Amino acid sequence: MTEQAESGLRNSVLVLMAHPVQRRSRVIARMAKVAEWVPGVTLVDLYAEYPDFDIDIAREQDRLRSHDAVIFLHPLYWYSTPSILKEWQDLVLEYGFAYGQGGTALEGKLFFSACSTAAPESAYGPEGYNRFTLRDLMAPLQQTARLCGMTWLPPFVLHGARSAGEEGRLQAHVDAWETLLAAIVAGRLDVAVATGADRLIPPTHPLGAEG
Amino acid sequence: MESVLAQSFIYLLAAVVAVPLANRLGLGSVLGYLIAGVVIGPILGLVGAETQDLQHFAEFGVVMMLFLIGLEMEPRVLWAMRLRLLGLGGLQIALSTALIALVAMALGQAWTVALAIGLTFALSSTAIVMQTLREKGLIRTDGGRASFSVLLAQDIAVIPMLALIPLLAAPELMGADWGGVSDIRFAASTGGSLLEGQPGWVVTLALLASVGAIVGGGHFLTRPMFRFLSHARLPEIFTAAALLLVVAIALLMTVVGLSPALGTFLAGVVLANSEYRHELEADIEPFKGLLLGLFFITVGAGIDFQILAGSFVQVVGLTLGLMLAKFMVLFALAKVFGLRGAAAWLFALALSQAGEFGFVLLSFTTQNDVIPVALGQTLQLIVALSMLLTPLLFILYDRVIAARVDTEALPDDDIDEAGPVIIAGLGRFGQVVNRMLLSHGHKTVVLDYHNGVIEGLRRFGVKAFFGDPSRPDLLLAAGIRDARVLVIAMDDTDKAVHMVEYVSREHPHVHIVARARDREHVYRLYAAGARDIVRETFDSSVRAGRYTLRALGLHPYEAERAARAYVRQDRADLAELAQLWDPDVPVFENEAYAARAREINRRVNAAMMGEGLAARDGWDRAWAPPPQGGTVARDPAAATETDPDGDGPG
Repeated sequence: MTEQAESGLRNSVLVLMAHPVQRRSRVIARMAKVAEWVPGVTLVDLYAEYPDFDIDIAREQDRLRSHDAVIFLHPLYWYSTPSILKEWQDLVLEYGFAYGQGGTALEGKLFFSACSTAAPESAYGPEGYNRFTLRDLMAPLQQTARLCGMTWLPPFVLHGARSAGEEGRLQAHVDAWETLLAAIVAGRLDVAVATGADRLIPPTHPLGAEG
Repeated sequence: MESVLAQSFIYLLAAVVAVPLANRLGLGSVLGYLIAGVVIGPILGLVGAETQDLQHFAEFGVVMMLFLIGLEMEPRVLWAMRLRLLGLGGLQIALSTALIALVAMALGQAWTVALAIGLTFALSSTAIVMQTLREKGLIRTDGGRASFSVLLAQDIAVIPMLALIPLLAAPELMGADWGGVSDIRFAASTGGSLLEGQPGWVVTLALLASVGAIVGGGHFLTRPMFRFLSHARLPEIFTAAALLLVVAIALLMTVVGLSPALGTFLAGVVLANSEYRHELEADIEPFKGLLLGLFFITVGAGIDFQILAGSFVQVVGLTLGLMLAKFMVLFALAKVFGLRGAAAWLFALALSQAGEFGFVLLSFTTQNDVIPVALGQTLQLIVALSMLLTPLLFILYDRVIAARVDTEALPDDDIDEAGPVIIAGLGRFGQVVNRMLLSHGHKTVVLDYHNGVIEGLRRFGVKAFFGDPSRPDLLLAAGIRDARVLVIAMDDTDKAVHMVEYVSREHPHVHIVARARDREHVYRLYAAGARDIVRETFDSSVRAGRYTLRALGLHPYEAERAARAYVRQDRADLAELAQLWDPDVPVFENEAYAARAREINRRVNAAMMGEGLAARDGWDRAWAPPPQGGTVARDPAAATETDPDGDGPG
C-alpha cells in the first residue's frame, strides 16, 4: 500500500494489468515493470493472481477503496480488454459497492485505460479501417466509469505496438508512462484539460492534450 | 426328515412359481404368495393341518417386519412427520374403525367383535401399496407421500391394537379349542408367562423393566457387541447376531407377557440412529421376506373355500362394501387435507383394501377369543379378496383417472427428499467428497467397513453407517433404489469394480463416480461401466507439477495452462487406451493397445529429447497476433491496407 505521509504522494494509483501471454509481450510487460518502481503505485498482475479466473471479490474491493486512481493496463483485444479484466468488472463492480444505492466506493477516483494496439494510428477514426476513434470504441469503459461516479480520462495508448521497438518509439512511450504515473501520484495532472482530449499525452508542465 | 424336505419343497416351489408370475401380472408379491397358498392348500390339497403350526412360526416374519419398520424410523423424522401421522393417519384409522364397526353392529355383531373387526379392517396393505407406488414411480407425488404417511401411522397403530384387543375377549369363547396356542404370542395371554398370578404391581414393574432393558440395552450394549463382532470380519456372524437380537427381544417380551412385535419395534427405533442400522436391515431383510412370504402362503392355504362357496354373494358384497366405506373416509380426508385432483384419487384408491396386518390381527383376535373362529375365516376371505382387487384399482387409476383428471406434475425434489448420495468408503478420499457435498446442503449416506473410522466420524457428527458397501443387500438397505449418485471411494480395487458392475447392471439410473487406484484400475472400472473415473492421486500430482513449473519461473497463468494442456492430453490418451484395453487379453498381447501406448511413449520421449518445444509452445495459437505485415483484408489482392491489424498482444 502507499505511504501517504511521504511528501509528494498525494494520490495512490492502482494499476490492474492483464496480459495472458507475458513472454510474448513487448510493451505491456515493460510498462508493468516500470509501474512497479514508481512510488505510490500498486501493480496487480491479474492473470498471475487468478490463473483460474476465480476472483476474490472482497480483496479486490478493498484494493479499490485504498487507492485514488485505477488504471487498466492491457493490450487491446477486439476493441476491448482481455477477458480477465471483463471478469474482474463483472464480479468486483457490485451493486451497492460501485453503483446503485449506497454504491459510492469509487466516487471521484480517476480512471483510464493504458493500452497498446497492433494497428497503426491511421486505422482509427472515420478514414481508417477501424471506423471509430479509439476514444469512441472505449465507450463501454467510459460509461462504466461514469455510472460508478469515477472521473474518466481518455486512453493512454501506443499504436503499432509490434513495430514500436524497431522504430524507436517504445522507449519514449515507456518514459511518458512513467512521467504520467508520477504526475498522477503528485497530483500534477490537469484533469480538466486531459478529459477533453482524444488521448492522454505524455505530460510536460502542465500536462497538455493533443486534439 | 423326508417329510420336512417334501414340505419345504412344496412351499418353496409354490412361492418360486407363483410370485414371479403375480409380479409379471402386476398383482404384487403378497398376492403371489396368497395365490400360491390357495393352490397348494384348498385346490391341490398338498398341505393340510400343519399350516396352522407353520403359521405360528411364520408370524415371526411380522415381528421382524416391525423391527425393520422401527429401524426406518428415526425419532427425528417421526417428529417431523407428526402432523401428518396423527392428523391424516390417526383420523383415517379412527374414522374407518368407527364406520366399519357401526356397519358390523348394524349387521348384528356384538360391540366388542364389531370394534375388533373395525380395527382389523382399518389397516391397509403396506406391502402391496408401497411396492406398487415404487414400481409406478408415484412415491414422491403428493398422493404417494400422503399414502406413505398413513401406512406408517397404521404400522405404528398395530402395536397399541395388539395391546388393546385382548381386553375385548368374550368370555363365551374362552377355552374354545382353537387349534393350539400360538408359538409367538402377540400379547399377554394365558399360560407361558412367568408373571401369571403375580400381584399387579409386580407385573407392571416387570413390564417397565423389560421396556427399559430394551431401550437401554439397545442404546448402550449393541455398540460394544457389534464392535467386538466386527473384529471377527465374518459377515455370517453379524447375521447371527442380528437374528439373536430379534429373537432375544421377542423371547423377553413373551416371558413378561408383552407383545414381541412391540418390543422389536421399540428396539428398531432405538437403533435407527445407529451406525449398524443398514447392516442390520440387510441381515434381517431376507429372513423377514421369506417368513412373511410363508405367512401369506399359510393364510392362502388356510382359506376355506367351502365358506366362500356357501356365501359367495355375501362375502363379495361385504368386500366391496368395506372398500367403498374405506374409500369414502379416505377421499373425504384427502379433501380436508388439501390433496387435489388425481392425488386425492390415488390416495383413496390405493389405501382402500385391508392389509396383511389384518391377517395378523385376525389370527390374533381368534386366539384371544375376541372373534369366533368361523367368523374369523369369513373375515380372512374378505381381507384376501380386497387385496386381490387392489391391482385392479391401480389399473383403474392409471387408465381412467390419471388420464382424465389433470395429473400433478412431479414436484421439484426438495434437497431433504432428493435422492441422496451414497458414499462408499470414508477414507481420506471419501471424506473430502462427503464434506464438500454436505457443505453444499446435500444429504449423504456414508458406508464404511472400518469400525474405527465410523466411530470417530460419528463423534464429529458425521452420519456414517457400518457395513460392507460392496454387498448388494447393504446397498439396497442404504437406499440405492432412490439414490441419484453413488460415489465409490473404497481402497479395495476389486470390490470397487464389482460394485460398478452390479450397480450399472441393476440400478442403471444411479450415476457412478468411481475412484481409481492407477491406470489399470481405470481400464477395469471403464470396462465395468463407470464413466466418471478419478485417479486418486492424479489431480494432486498435477498440482505439484504446476507449483514446480511456477518455481522454475513460469508465469502462474502459463503454468495453469500448461497443467490443463497436460491433463487434457493425458485424459484423452487414457480414454483411448481404456477402450482398447481388454480384460481378457494380457496387455502385452493386446496389439492395438500396445501400438497406441508406444505412440504415446514416443511423444513423451520426443518432448524429453528437446523436440518437445512444440509441446511446450503447444498453446501458441492462443492470443497470437497477426503476422508482421499481414492485412485485415480477407483477399490480399484487394488489399488497400497493408498495415498489420488485429489488436494482438502489445
